[in-house]
Amino acid sequence: MSAIHVTTKINGDVVDYVCEADETLLDVLRNRLGLTGAKEGCSTGDCGACSVTIDGRLTCSCLVLGVEAEGCEIDTIEGMADGEALHPLQRKFLEHAALQCGICTPGILVAAKALLDTNPEPTETEVRFGLAGNLCRCTGYDKIVRAVMDAAQEMRRA
Amino acid sequence: MPLDSTPQDKRAFKVVGTRPLRPDGIDKVTGRAKFGADATAPGMLVGRILRSPHAHARIKKIDTAKAERLPGVKAIVTRADFPDHTNGDAALFDILYNIMAREKALYEGHAVAAVAAVDAHTAREALKLIKVDYEVLPHVTDVDEAMKPNAPVLHNTILTDGVEPKPRKPSNIVRRYEFGHGDVEAGFRRADIVVERTFKTEATHQGYIEPHACLANVGPDGQGELWVCTQGHFMVRDTCARLLGMDISKLRVTASEIGGGFGGKTTVFIEPVALALSRKANRPVKVVMSRDEVFKASGPTASTSIDVKIGVTKDGRITAADATLRYQGGAFAGSPVEFGAMSAFACYDLENVRAIGYDVVTNRPKQAAYRAPGAPMAAFAVESVIEELAHKVGMAGIDFRIKNAAHEGTKSSYGPTYGPIGLLPTLERAKQHPHFKAPLGPNQGRGMACGFWFNFGGQTCVSLNVNSDGTVALSVGTPDIGGSRASMCLMAAEELGIPYDKVRAIVADTSSLGYNDVTDGSRVTFATGMATIHAARDATRKLCARAAQIWGIPEEAVTWEKGHARPAGPNAGNFPPMSLAEVAAQAGATGGPIAGHYEYSADGAGVSFATHICDAEVDPETGATRIVRYTVLQDAGKAVHPSYVEGQFQGGAVQGIGWALNEEYIYGKDGRLQNAGFLDYRIPVCSDLPMIDTVILEIPNPGHPYGVRGVGETSIVPPLAAIANAVSAAAGVRLTSLPMSPPRILAALEQQNAKRIAAE
Amino acid sequence: MVKVVVWGSLKPHTGGKAELEIEATNVRELLNRLGDAYPGLKPQLARGVSVAIDGVIFRDGWHEPLRKESEVFLLPRMVGG
Repeated sequence: MSAIHVTTKINGDVVDYVCEADETLLDVLRNRLGLTGAKEGCSTGDCGACSVTIDGRLTCSCLVLGVEAEGCEIDTIEGMADGEALHPLQRKFLEHAALQCGICTPGILVAAKALLDTNPEPTETEVRFGLAGNLCRCTGYDKIVRAVMDAAQEMRRA
Repeated sequence: MPLDSTPQDKRAFKVVGTRPLRPDGIDKVTGRAKFGADATAPGMLVGRILRSPHAHARIKKIDTAKAERLPGVKAIVTRADFPDHTNGDAALFDILYNIMAREKALYEGHAVAAVAAVDAHTAREALKLIKVDYEVLPHVTDVDEAMKPNAPVLHNTILTDGVEPKPRKPSNIVRRYEFGHGDVEAGFRRADIVVERTFKTEATHQGYIEPHACLANVGPDGQGELWVCTQGHFMVRDTCARLLGMDISKLRVTASEIGGGFGGKTTVFIEPVALALSRKANRPVKVVMSRDEVFKASGPTASTSIDVKIGVTKDGRITAADATLRYQGGAFAGSPVEFGAMSAFACYDLENVRAIGYDVVTNRPKQAAYRAPGAPMAAFAVESVIEELAHKVGMAGIDFRIKNAAHEGTKSSYGPTYGPIGLLPTLERAKQHPHFKAPLGPNQGRGMACGFWFNFGGQTCVSLNVNSDGTVALSVGTPDIGGSRASMCLMAAEELGIPYDKVRAIVADTSSLGYNDVTDGSRVTFATGMATIHAARDATRKLCARAAQIWGIPEEAVTWEKGHARPAGPNAGNFPPMSLAEVAAQAGATGGPIAGHYEYSADGAGVSFATHICDAEVDPETGATRIVRYTVLQDAGKAVHPSYVEGQFQGGAVQGIGWALNEEYIYGKDGRLQNAGFLDYRIPVCSDLPMIDTVILEIPNPGHPYGVRGVGETSIVPPLAAIANAVSAAAGVRLTSLPMSPPRILAALEQQNAKRIAAE
Repeated sequence: MVKVVVWGSLKPHTGGKAELEIEATNVRELLNRLGDAYPGLKPQLARGVSVAIDGVIFRDGWHEPLRKESEVFLLPRMVGG
């Protein structure tokens, strides 16, 4: 197989990579670019652990080919904090103990940010449906929902 | 006797019981935390495993010649590469057989061969070129079918143990267990009402989001490194070394961050295979399971079939309780049926009780532990009958349970007499809880259930090093699966009298610390916590000795209090207290580095009880169930970090909700798993659930200096029953099979209607 | 002498008795002498057992003392998830 050259913007930086035609964006991020924050939990788009946004849209990176990202802007968990300052969602996840093992956390944070970007004042139900594509097996979601609601409130005040 | 026989600390804790941020938090919210699949090594190969498509087949021949010739293939291993070094250790031999099939493939997904190649694509191609000649054999996957005399037999070596006379003909029934006391037949004769029912539960998977992953690197000198996501890296080291004929000292295992385990990562699957590939290729090899492989070839829990019979007097006192439990644990001995049998009636004060268990093998993957292994299914069956009996004698379920609850001095159903236990307090708090008084809507029902788990301690080793600036490095050997590093830092800080953030805890690799048992049995906060406390006390003794040296007074004249060495009394001399940092700064001149150690086999874990309340709404049109409200009340002994205790309660409850309502291994007639993915094996998602309310009770465990009890497992014991009771109340018909998926509920409703029409 | 109770399905190996009298002052002696007196128990002892003494379950701990009046139960080796 011959590799294909792709130019994207990842977390605000221009990134060039080559990948095979059948390689997923998740594999490119993890294996070629060293961005292992996105996790592979299923590779079938069911668990959301590989969530990223592509041009602002929440996506399972295991369902997208690396070559499809040509010309796109991709945001991953690695770009969520602003230098030393954690994103309010990241901070609230820690304050609320909204993670146990932490494997789903990057994907859930990316999904929660995508939700708040479009709906800054979600109800509990809207948070629950907004995160329904992200599986967490440890927490029972209770503290995750609280953390997202609390972060949303703080972000509205800011 | 408890290890620390000093009376329970009555003091107010300074840091234990607070809710600081976890030390591994930043890494986990920024994506920097390194899990099993996140490691790489120079020259790394990709390992892939070929698995049996058949549920039961004799492997006549494996031809790897073509695959070996494929460019980019660096090593192939089959059964021939795993000679038997197990020396008659039957349990170890089963692990060997499970990680790589030998004369037979015993379940769909059983490993048959493995390849290491330069990339994933080549490895996949190589697997296709391996030719396996199978003779397909009849199979059995259902526990009741497997027990029938004409069932296909998996192992001709299994002659049922624990029955008299011992059979001469092999079967799938490995062993019979019996627990209990009194005379159940006499007890039933005294009963006014007897309820007898049969229940079935399907196998479920722990469903950790992180698939098994490891990176192995073995050189021709026999030295190896292994990076792996596991609940116990010392277990991985010892097991792999024994399976592969390596010296334990030559294998260093590092535990990665672990993305969930719940018992499923307490054994080995891919690790010995990755090591064997690496040894053969003389290159690092990474093996990561796909989700399909996780479902088919890791260790789900047992499926069960259970009969329960309980008799009561008219005034609601149980006279006898009897159960027969049949658990299949996959293709090898070792289903957790004995723990099901021991725990089934553990919540009750019973004069006459008997529980019989049968450990059964079938053509399914070898089960692994799953949170309180064996107990949730038994509790489902027993607590369903308890609820039904309560209604029959005209009592509320909670009053019936309070009347019959086990308490201090009760002879438990599995034998020993209980010390101080927390069941009645959870029941009494439940009765007062607003949840019990809240009104129910249409099609809603309320259920409750109690649950029990043993907990245990295990081998533990902890090292605590005092740094020159007065901060502390704490090394533990139990992988942190849900925030235990935070709890360890809290306990070390409490004992040393320094702030929480002055302690940093790490999970040390197997070459840096003595052996530690696996993170399981709800043992870490209890056992590693107790070792941490004792290591801290060891360090404070040394700190006192150093202060004594500095002051020129005898060691006995110095005590450690509030983070400072102080003269023990007015006679010791008048010296201003020295802080940990001040003593540590002079360590070099007073005898060198200051460290505390502790190693022991922890016992005295203390059993644990919980009561759960659940409101469920059943849609009579579709049979779909929604959990409307859920409350967990559990005894934690002492909650070291209450947020993570609540997290354990909530997580266990929600895993139970999945088990009760949706999750099941579905096998086709061909013995193949039909739903090996998260789309068809549906674990609860966020929008399925309400908030999970928690109440932490603290009835101190006399076996721990702070009173800690394990909390991780008990929370999954009551939910199956609590939800079944709620669903049965909502639907107006008793559900006896799990999961209570819409088709099962509709079938039960239709059956009920048909009966009603026939009666009219 | 310590009175130790074994679980029901071990009775075929102990001449039908659930309650056994063993001369032992600690767990190690108890397990060794149980195996000597009832060789049929040896496979189970090798697979692993726990010993409950006065309500507290010990999975390890050979040197845990046993007194004449101790309540002692032999139990399967505890596991967990």
